[in-house]
Amino acid sequence: MAPMEVDRADGRTSNQLRPLSCTRNVLHRAHGSARWSQGDTIVLAAVFGPKAGTKKEENPEKASIEVIWKPKTGLIGKVEKEYEMILKRTLQSVCLLTIHPNTTTSVIVQVVGDDGALLPCAINASCAALADAGIPLKYLAVAICCGLTGSRSVILDPTKIEEKKILAFAYLVFPNSPISVLPKGSLTEDSEPIEAGIITSVTHGAMPVVDYFNCLDRGYAACAKISEFLRRSMESQAPSDLTKTT
Amino acid sequence: MAAATSTAFGGGETGGGGLAAGEMEVEAYRRLFPLAFYERHLRDSVRPDARPLHRARDTSIALGPVASADGSALVKIGDTTMLAAIKLEVMTPATDAPDEGSLAIEFYMPPICSPTVRPGRPAEVAPVISKQLSDTIISSQMINLKELSLVSGKASWMSYLDIYCLNADGALFDAALLSAIAAFSHLQIPLVSLNDDGKVITVSEELLEGKPSVELVNKEKRKLPLQRIPFSLTCLLHEKYILADPTAEEESVMETFVTVVLDSLGQLVSIYKPGGAVLARRSTVKECIRLTKQRIDELKNILDESASAMEVA
Repeated sequence: MAPMEVDRADGRTSNQLRPLSCTRNVLHRAHGSARWSQGDTIVLAAVFGPKAGTKKEENPEKASIEVIWKPKTGLIGKVEKEYEMILKRTLQSVCLLTIHPNTTTSVIVQVVGDDGALLPCAINASCAALADAGIPLKYLAVAICCGLTGSRSVILDPTKIEEKKILAFAYLVFPNSPISVLPKGSLTEDSEPIEAGIITSVTHGAMPVVDYFNCLDRGYAACAKISEFLRRSMESQAPSDLTKTT
Repeated sequence: MAAATSTAFGGGETGGGGLAAGEMEVEAYRRLFPLAFYERHLRDSVRPDARPLHRARDTSIALGPVASADGSALVKIGDTTMLAAIKLEVMTPATDAPDEGSLAIEFYMPPICSPTVRPGRPAEVAPVISKQLSDTIISSQMINLKELSLVSGKASWMSYLDIYCLNADGALFDAALLSAIAAFSHLQIPLVSLNDDGKVITVSEELLEGKPSVELVNKEKRKLPLQRIPFSLTCLLHEKYILADPTAEEESVMETFVTVVLDSLGQLVSIYKPGGAVLARRSTVKECIRLTKQRIDELKNILDESASAMEVA
């Protein structure tokens, strides 16, 4: 099914992301920090750790991750608790937890601006902050929001207004694409590269199963682009790197 | 781990001898090396409670256990027990939606449900499941809020759905969602009339008999029509195995889970996979969706049976 071009309010095509910007080491007291923005959605993440000791319920044989989510305004409610849990579980799958057992790493997320796709932005910011702090990671998690419009076409990175109008959307998190010395296609399982596996998927709104798999395909392709951007911004020592990716 | 395996099961032969010593070794093994214990079972495609990997636990639904509520249901999936109750209250609708009622969903995990929950230490999963439930019920559009309207702009129903977890033994979201749906299917909207102040009040059956002149706003007690009912299944992912409907012990050993919610039309309401060490490939996702479809047929039958049992009673 050829993708139909959708008219979006800010003039983007359905495959186009908002301008991405990643600045690391913005907070000097934190062990690691990053400020990630996608258009007007801006999230600031700070990492403290590893600190000695784990909380009572956590497994002392592994490192544990604690997430604190601070909304832009208002008190902490169920929404924030859910975001904390999703972020914690996503970061747990990304970190090498057996390297520093019996320690706690705290990730504090502060929402600076919310214009749609808030959770993916926070996940991207937290991963950049973890890398900035030097926490050992298996891979970086790259997150994206895919929306499904009424005409069953997939749009990437919807703004808040678009999120309200569309039929359904999915927050998807994939591992970042590796640069490997092995020949392409050797690290596969079921003829699918390992990095096409989904770390996290959270959906809102009902959609046909086929359209969910379309979202997965488009989200995965877009995450490859975000991975490239992330790698470029980490490699350059310059603090900021503004790009508009297609 | 391989060495540990042989000593634990070989211990019965060398030390002590006899079946009694062998069984105690197994229980100790289960506590000390839970992952290896489970992996031995998974290799034979079975689980410690003798279930095949893709089978869910026995499910039962009882409608109407709470007589004072307008709709209620008690659901048990294996040992996980959920009690859902709905109370309706008349209120003025919001100005931007004068024809619609509203829905408030709350999920509680009182200390009775699990040894890890204590009065000063609420369960961390409770607000998350509460939000997940409201998102799912609203996303699926099972309830048309316009059905909850009484007098446009002046009165509509506010329904409070409270779900209490009485025993937490894994797959909490599945049981909670099923109990919410069962409670809504049992719900009967009470009769209301206008009282002297022009306010809408609920009328009980006894009152009606005494005053035949009471004018009713809605003519008869009716059930809420439900369309596109969502059903869910939680699956654990471990290496290449998929375990449907985990118990609490399985969830603590293998942490990666996927919850798939499909509605009665086969549309995907939600795929919820919050992180986890195992990455889900397309084939895994397809398999989980297939298992959920199977489970939906079972759950529909159980729901219909419990509804007809209510009518007979």
